[in-house]
Amino acid sequence: MTFVADNPLATPLTRHLPLAAGLLLAFVAVPAFASDYVIEAILLPFLALSLAGLGLNLLTGYTGQVSLGSAAFMAVGAFAAFNLEHRIDWLPLPVSILLAGLTAAAVGLVFGLPSLRLRGFYLAVSTLAAQFFVQWALTKFGWFSNYSASGIISAPSLHVFGISLDGTAGRYLFALSTTALITLFVHRLVISPIGANLIAVRDNETAARVIGVPVLRTKLAVFALSSAIIGIAGAIWAFAYLRTVEPAGFNLDRSFQILFIVIIGGLATVRGAFLGAALIVIFPLLLSRFTGLAFDGVADAGVLKLIERIFFGAVIIAFLIAEPNGLSAILSRITRRFTR
Amino acid sequence: MSIFKRLAPALLAATILAGGVTTVHADDQHFPLQSYRVGPYAAGGTGFFGGFIDYLNLINTRDGGVNGVKLTWSEGETEYEVEKGVEVYQRLKTNPGIAAWNPLSVGIAYAMLDGITADKVPLITINHGRTDTTDGRVFPYAFPLLLNPYSETSGIVNYIAAKEGGLEALKGKKIAVLYHGSPYGKETIPIYELLAEKYGFSLVQIEVPHPGSEQQSQWLQIRQERPDYVVLRGWGVMNPVALSTAQRNGFPVDHIIGNVWSNSEEDVTPAGDAAIGYTAITTQASGKEYPVLQEIIKTVYGAGQGNLADQARIGSVYHNLGIVNGILNVEAVRIAQGKFGNRTLTGDEVRWGFEHLQLTPERVKELGAENLFHSINVTYDNHEGEGYVTFQQWDGQKWNVVSDWIAPDWALLRPIIEKSSEAYAAEKGLTLRTEADAENVSQ
Repeated sequence: MTFVADNPLATPLTRHLPLAAGLLLAFVAVPAFASDYVIEAILLPFLALSLAGLGLNLLTGYTGQVSLGSAAFMAVGAFAAFNLEHRIDWLPLPVSILLAGLTAAAVGLVFGLPSLRLRGFYLAVSTLAAQFFVQWALTKFGWFSNYSASGIISAPSLHVFGISLDGTAGRYLFALSTTALITLFVHRLVISPIGANLIAVRDNETAARVIGVPVLRTKLAVFALSSAIIGIAGAIWAFAYLRTVEPAGFNLDRSFQILFIVIIGGLATVRGAFLGAALIVIFPLLLSRFTGLAFDGVADAGVLKLIERIFFGAVIIAFLIAEPNGLSAILSRITRRFTR
Repeated sequence: MSIFKRLAPALLAATILAGGVTTVHADDQHFPLQSYRVGPYAAGGTGFFGGFIDYLNLINTRDGGVNGVKLTWSEGETEYEVEKGVEVYQRLKTNPGIAAWNPLSVGIAYAMLDGITADKVPLITINHGRTDTTDGRVFPYAFPLLLNPYSETSGIVNYIAAKEGGLEALKGKKIAVLYHGSPYGKETIPIYELLAEKYGFSLVQIEVPHPGSEQQSQWLQIRQERPDYVVLRGWGVMNPVALSTAQRNGFPVDHIIGNVWSNSEEDVTPAGDAAIGYTAITTQASGKEYPVLQEIIKTVYGAGQGNLADQARIGSVYHNLGIVNGILNVEAVRIAQGKFGNRTLTGDEVRWGFEHLQLTPERVKELGAENLFHSINVTYDNHEGEGYVTFQQWDGQKWNVVSDWIAPDWALLRPIIEKSSEAYAAEKGLTLRTEADAENVSQ
């Protein structure tokens, strides 16, 4: 878990070339050439979950505060964005997304308060409260879902400066731009002195306090920031990906999924969230295609699914035994081998 | 070896990018199935999709398809999760000749609503779904066939009235509704209130928090309120727990009426003796004495092609719902073929077929489904189709039908549905479809 994972000997050109190529590919080539299936079923959930993983990584990876409430903050972001879009007509979409992030930050701040006293497992249990409370409140009070009879709401149509983003490519570019901007922001943050503060709080709170890190303020601030990012991820999940919002979709399973993304991808790395989300989203699909082809007609769909689950679990265990620091560390080893 | 190692991921990726290998032929009529055979709702999923596939199989084997057009299907597992349902939708929607989607999940149906409207392919949500999609003027491609939640509520109240000796007799009676603490459970709250006011019965509605495995306090409240009937609007484990808790609190089980998601064998068997005498609403009777089931047993299971792993479940509530769903889908295709020709139809042509899906009791009898379900009468603006309901009582071994076919009070409910659908149309800036629009079919 190094502070700066990049190879310090690389020149600026070789360091930034892959990123530039990747962005070019993502912004230009994908909307032009990728099929609907790739964007709708793979890239959109990948982007939303990556962003949520990034938010949680700030909290758990960098600052060492374990949270099991991520899905709740996603739900807050999604429902806040829905209500802002629905109730305040003239609000531009980027502003509603930002305000949804702020709403999630406010809720995160409240549920972050126990972190001032609690640590480790105890904190994890207290964040569970967020998970259950938010889901309960969203189901209990009809106002949040605009009194929709079944409590499930359809996302409003997406417009930025008069341009409709309702098509597949539009929603993808919306999700991609948001994710890219926030990733850039998080990257700048973690290499700044504030990033060092976060790690100091994680590694030893007392020592951090001694060298002058404002521990309480840092913890609360990171809870708010992490929740804001996860909230925006929730808005993307609901608006750009599923086009529908239901409280049950943001359950404890989703919180665990985001936590696993962070752990598998690599704690305290920016790219870890993306690698982890890629594994969680794409690997099960590849696996189900593979079993579907290999065992077509041999076993029924239910048995195949169970085989897939066993295999998926085994792969994750194997990964973590081979490299406890996650996919990000594996990638570092591979790139080191090639650049040497 | 090392080459294979490097190539394997690429091959897999290529498969996924190419959309997988499909065995669908362009001259077939195709049904993509977002089934769920694992996860908490597998009992419903295996029964329903099993029945649906069994019926499609019967049509292929016995009749050689619908007027010579073979029926094909492909399955994707959703585990009843919305995002998996969306993935399967995206994966299967490129298959040629798609007739209709049947997700049997309101969450997945919502997530597909924009997509299928753009694709112009019908979305069938039999016995469930968003109530206001009944209004075909606003939702051209969504069909909550047979029974929406409001009609179900009306049907239950009408049944209680019939037991008491007419709607007049409801005056002064007390009904308690025990509902699941979820959006689904709460959907009918305003309708019960409306009916209570109209017919003059008093009403208590009590929430059971999800999942409902502990109900002592709710049944204590019921004991204090002393209602004449308890309506169970449950889901999953909540149903057997309600029945056994009722027995412990001394509430007579034959005065508990279950709704359409509390009516399966899986809901009563775990409660054991406590469930004997429990009555529940249904749109399709259970049992295997109907000719269509006998043919499925003979033709499909006889050839070893049956879809249910456990043959004891043939004729169970979910299996029969799947068969009825199969009949409705196949007949919509047949009706549309009558207008457009005996060939593979487009989704919009099948939509026209669903909008003319009018099966009289005589036609239902010809299909071998007399008394399995009553009739259906779908029009361009009524996508539910006036399904009749019946009531079945559990005797410890099987369900027995204990009522005639009962009609919900559609005229009373229609203005409420229109109010909701027109608000949706205004919000989305849609113009209401007319009958002439509905006749305009894209090839």
